[in-house]
Amino acid sequence: MNNTVLRAENVRMTFDGRDAVKDLSFELGSAERVALLGHNGAGKTTFFKMSLGFLTPTDGRIEVLGAEPGSDKARASTAFLPESVAFQRTLTGVEVLKYYAKLKGEDAKKAIGLLERVGLAEAGRRRVGTYSKGMRQRLGLAQALIGTPKLVLLDEPTSGLDPISRQNFYDLVTEISGNGATVLLSSHALTEMEARTDRILIMSKGKLVANDTLDHLRTAARLPIRLKVKSKEEPAEQLANRLGGTPVNCRSVEIMCAHEDKIARIAAVTSLGAMIEDIDVHLPTLDDVYKHFSEKADLEDSAGEV
Amino acid sequence: MFQRILTVAQQEFRIGLRNRWILLSVVILSAFSMALALLGSAPAGTLDVSRMTITVASLSSLSVYLVPLIALLLAFDAVAGEIERGTLLLIFSSPMTRSEFLIGKAVGHICVLLLALTLGYGSTAMMLAATGGGDTSGFIDFARLIGTSAILGFAFLSLGYIVSSLVRQVTTAAAMAIGIWLVLIVLYDLALLGALVADSEGFFASSVFPFALLANPADAFRLFNLSALDANAMVGGMAGVAESLPFPPIAALASIFAFAGVAMSGAILLLKRVSP
Repeated sequence: MNNTVLRAENVRMTFDGRDAVKDLSFELGSAERVALLGHNGAGKTTFFKMSLGFLTPTDGRIEVLGAEPGSDKARASTAFLPESVAFQRTLTGVEVLKYYAKLKGEDAKKAIGLLERVGLAEAGRRRVGTYSKGMRQRLGLAQALIGTPKLVLLDEPTSGLDPISRQNFYDLVTEISGNGATVLLSSHALTEMEARTDRILIMSKGKLVANDTLDHLRTAARLPIRLKVKSKEEPAEQLANRLGGTPVNCRSVEIMCAHEDKIARIAAVTSLGAMIEDIDVHLPTLDDVYKHFSEKADLEDSAGEV
Repeated sequence: MFQRILTVAQQEFRIGLRNRWILLSVVILSAFSMALALLGSAPAGTLDVSRMTITVASLSSLSVYLVPLIALLLAFDAVAGEIERGTLLLIFSSPMTRSEFLIGKAVGHICVLLLALTLGYGSTAMMLAATGGGDTSGFIDFARLIGTSAILGFAFLSLGYIVSSLVRQVTTAAAMAIGIWLVLIVLYDLALLGALVADSEGFFASSVFPFALLANPADAFRLFNLSALDANAMVGGMAGVAESLPFPPIAALASIFAFAGVAMSGAILLLKRVSP
């Protein structure tokens, strides 16, 4: 069995002579949860539209389960949630879901069960016009879960959701991939998905600038780890003298260190024993990593232009 | 395939019921047709034709104005609206094809129109029958009016789908739909009338004018319905024309069908080029 669910090979897409996507190559395996990150206009939505067969790449090719995007085979096993979808306000959640189930040739009654999974069992009989933003988004996700899609594409599914709804949303994503579906979701909300994805793709100006697990990206970025040490009584200056680092207020010191020095530095701190009241370890966040990679791409870009 | 067409059609019909489009159309159609039946059937006594038949004659002229308007207003949102709401992306990421989608929309909208016409005009027919003006041929006239109105509606629905597939903004599509109504229903007839007055005996009147009527589904509709009524001679207006036509009246009906078919195919071709 071929394990590749989605394959992009040197994909380039040009709009009016401007490259929206260029040199994009990656593969998604089955049951992977992958985040596609990029700021607005980085080419994420363009890539989704190409994967669905709505746009044809100028160069290169995309394969969905070994088939052409937009072909019957590809469409039968792909589910999609667009960035901003507004279902008919006058219809109920149940009616909307039944409609899409029938379009996909799936059992409409079974699809109703999905409302429960996304927490809309109660609201299913109400009109979509009365739903909150989070509820509409969950209805959209329920729509994407109809049948047994092998590839689920979610375009900025969590934009505008409150933290609790977002948590629930990722719980569902984990459940979907647990059932064997590959999930590719795009976002520019970065920190929220640290533990929620197996792999991260970062796009910047249409180019793929990173493709790895978060841990590997962290290591590759070589971003410093920040240790914040708080003394019991001693003034911060004294602490800074003994440990290195810079005082941030009268009793705390901030130490920046490389990943591989982390343990040694912490050992140095703990050796001071009773002097220390507390220690905080701040790993670089996804925001930091993301910023690092997209800025690196910018630098390479401007270097290429000169 | 039929399952998917039926699904779209059902959904359109449900939306029509839910957003009160059908209700509004029924109210407008029945109000106008009742008014015409009550005021306009007065000459029936003196002309010795049934009140129903003479009402149908007036209602054909009403249909020419209202049915295309209702159809265009139903249709302009069909593609542009789904693009704006983002739902077209969803629909076409399912196994549905472009032609299935548009045919489903058309079936649903025609059902909306048929229901509105049947309730709107039917209530007038019932009122006439209840007040002693009913007869079998009158009911047949009403049935023909409703049926041909639906076909006329189909022609204008297809025009609406064309504008809806041409532009991505709903508001632009709406403006274009109103423009089409103005040109084909109002200005077209005025232009023909002007040309006819300018050249009442010559080449235009004899060779161009009849085909110009045939080419516009609204005029073809009026032509067919009036010539199909027994009371043709007494109704006047188009009656003289119908008799001096170089083709049988059924050609007018065929022309509406042909127009609708061509416009619908055009709309499907345009939709195939739309990137949702």
